[in-house]
Formats: sequence, C-alpha cells, structure tokens
Amino acid sequence: MRPFDYVEIRVPAKPQYVGVARLTISGLASRVGFTYDDIEDLKIASSEAITNAVQHAYAGDDEGEVVVGCALYEDRIEIMVADHGKSFNFEETKAKVGPYHEQQEVEFLREGGLGLYLIETLMDEVKVHHQEGVTVFMTKYVGKEQVEENVETISS
Amino acid sequence: MVLKEEDNFVKGYISGEIDAFTAPILREKLSAIDLKDGLQAELNMTEVSYMDSTGLGVIVAFFKNVNANNGHVKLTGLSARLKRLFDITGLGEIMDIETDDKGGN
Repeated sequence: MRPFDYVEIRVPAKPQYVGVARLTISGLASRVGFTYDDIEDLKIASSEAITNAVQHAYAGDDEGEVVVGCALYEDRIEIMVADHGKSFNFEETKAKVGPYHEQQEVEFLREGGLGLYLIETLMDEVKVHHQEGVTVFMTKYVGKEQVEENVETISS
Repeated sequence: MVLKEEDNFVKGYISGEIDAFTAPILREKLSAIDLKDGLQAELNMTEVSYMDSTGLGVIVAFFKNVNANNGHVKLTGLSARLKRLFDITGLGEIMDIETDDKGGN
C-alpha cells in the first residue's frame, strides 16, 4: 500500500475553475490536519500555480485542461500542477522535477510575476519542471511553521 | 464592488473572493473611477474573503494610476491575513494600509 492518498483534479483551463480547484484543495488540506492559516496559504499558493497554468498554457486553445495532483501524507501535502492536459504518473513526474533555479526560470518568473514569489514564500518546498509545458511541484508540512515560530519565541 | 463618489473623494467597498476569475471585474470597476487630479480614494476590504496575486495586481495598477494624478489611495478594513499578503510582497511598505483590528497585537 502506498504511503499516501492521491486525489487528482482535472479542470478546463478557464479562470472560473481556479476557485473550484482551490476549494477542493482547501478541503483536502483540512483532512490532512492543517491549521486555518496554513490552509489559507495553501489556497493562495495552489491558486497561483493553477492561474499561471490557465493563463499561459493555452493561449488561443479552448480545449486545454489543467491537472492538479494532490498526494496526502500524514505530515504533509504535495501538490503538482501541470498545464498540459495529460494525466500524469505522480511518482514519475515527481522524480523528474528539479529544484527551482532563478537563473534558469527567468522566463517563467517573469510570466508568473508575483505568483511564483508567493508560491515560494507560502510553501515549504517548490520545484518547477519545464518539459511538455510547465509543472509546478510544491510541498507543505503540517505544523512546520508553528514549530519554527515556537523555537524563535523561546530563544528570543 | 459598491462605489461612493463625492467631489474629490471616492470610497469603494470590495467584497468576496478576488482571483483570476473575478479580478478582471474589479479592474473594470476601478477603471470606471474618474481619476481627477488629487483624488483621495479609499478601498474598504472588510468583506474580502480571499485574494491572491491577481487581486494585488489590480490594486497596484489602481494605486499607480491614482498616484500618477497626484492622488492618494488608502486601503482599509484589511484582515490580518490580507495585510500579511501585502506585507510579504513588499506592498505593505509602499501603500497606505489600515487593518481591521483596532489596537490589540
């Protein structure tokens, strides 16, 4: 048995479905046990990735789909957003995405603008994969921020 | 968004979720505001339940346009979460923002 539950959301690459995907992710995050603030962070980060996929992947193509893969672990959630409509093998794609390099991803950064910056700030780990479109892979751990905040409070 | 315009003062009440789908609507409504010289604009965001970079982009564009006409934009009624969004993007230092919590921490 694999160590996580996997939920895949496929929506048409249209702005009106960004909120639908966001609501679903919010529900999944609450199942994993994230706090209210962390769920709000996840909503923003995933919306940024999905918005980016919707806005840039299908210029002039009405048939596109955005695929959002969510892996739910006991201590974290992994979210993968792909702007190419094909359903992906989560583990396979996860192995392929590399760390995010500012130099290499200048184009994506410019297109994504504030969006990618927010994803990086609000999530614990972010990876971007450029091949057959753009895949954003992001991870958030349950309670990670709280622990760090507590440590800082005690030491200061 | 509900707009109240009076002389050189305009107050907008923004509500709901601002994302890729709704941000264009907000942009359209804000662009309908007559950018008089020295306009004093206030955007109340008490009823905003969600916002991401698409909303920030619209607010920043309005802020730039009003400033270009010697005006001033003030954001009011922001929740702690919303204020945080402005702060982590660096906009909190540039813009005039009033949060919802009076006093307290």
